[in-house]
Amino acid sequence: MSTLAHVFEAAGLATVVLSSVLEMAQKVAPPRALHCEFPLGRPLGKPLDAEFQHDVLRRAFALLEASEGPVLEIHPEEIVADETPMACALPPRFDPDAPPAVDEARGIRKAFDRSVAARGSSSVARVITPDEVPDVLAMFYQVADGRPWDEVGFPSNDPRSAAQDVRTYYEEAALELADGPPPDGRQVEAWFFERTEAGRIILEARRVMKEAKAPFNMWFYMAPGHRGRTQR
Amino acid sequence: MAEHETGDQMMRAHAASLPCPTFDNPAWTRPPSLSTATVAIVTSAALHSPDDDGFIAGDTSYRTIPREQRNLVLGHWSPNFDRTGVALDLNVVFPIDRLEELAADGVIGVVAPVHYSFAGNQPDDVSTLRYDTGPAVGKALREQGTDVVLLTPV
Repeated sequence: MSTLAHVFEAAGLATVVLSSVLEMAQKVAPPRALHCEFPLGRPLGKPLDAEFQHDVLRRAFALLEASEGPVLEIHPEEIVADETPMACALPPRFDPDAPPAVDEARGIRKAFDRSVAARGSSSVARVITPDEVPDVLAMFYQVADGRPWDEVGFPSNDPRSAAQDVRTYYEEAALELADGPPPDGRQVEAWFFERTEAGRIILEARRVMKEAKAPFNMWFYMAPGHRGRTQR
Repeated sequence: MAEHETGDQMMRAHAASLPCPTFDNPAWTRPPSLSTATVAIVTSAALHSPDDDGFIAGDTSYRTIPREQRNLVLGHWSPNFDRTGVALDLNVVFPIDRLEELAADGVIGVVAPVHYSFAGNQPDDVSTLRYDTGPAVGKALREQGTDVVLLTPV
């Protein structure tokens, strides 16, 4: 973003960056930046809070009044992403003969469909469709059992993007299954990796791929970098 | 990596360690009064229309987002940030409704007709962004009459 700010200023546009990494804003020094120490992925800070978002924009656009730069201000409120798993009960198991995550994924399909209906779209779109989620989870079981990752038939031969799509499927369903206030920055991620069978098998497949010396880019990006250090 | 490190702490430390481009003679554009300015959003969240091609790892291309569009897919490739915020409220990444409200209140002049989206996980040297796709978007924004760009990261 800071690089684009320099490029756009040279094109005759005045820019304001909402910074999320302070050191990078300091080094690249875009003409005007408001650093916001908010959860990554939420540069306006708080979903469903128009008043707070307007406060961020007011502070950002105020930087346009500066006569020279670079200008780097810091938003006075820090928001730390909560990593406590969101409380979200899963539907009961349906098919005891199916692998747990496969059955689980089938069980939350109605919630996922309600989520799509409510929001108008889904981000389960990298390499698989929602219909393919149970089949892809079955592939992660094969990898966890030791079958080489590039022999199980992942779409586009890309377990990273398949894992992302599975996680997105669960996260979008969870927003329909859970009650209460909007979940904090990493609470749904924590729920997925710490409370669901799908998160568990993806982390296990990732661990097996790492031990089998699969390419780093293939296993590492199946989950956030800090996940999997203390697997259950 | 410290055992107590959170996801955001780890990612911020990693991002801070990446090489950064330098700009020896940075340009400075003086904006018109905000109340008369046409304002656009450019985001690195890899947002795109469901009908557009998705983004891939290291993608240096961009997508256009018409002012009226709210049905958007979060195509960012990285697993290392929250995606439920934008699922709950597009404005937490792409504050288009907030801009409309500011325009209605006369705080800004006009919401730009077209906005732009890149992928945040660019190659480390960001050379394509700097010398090709970035200038192309800058030129397009100027041609549509944009004065001010708000850049939102992921």
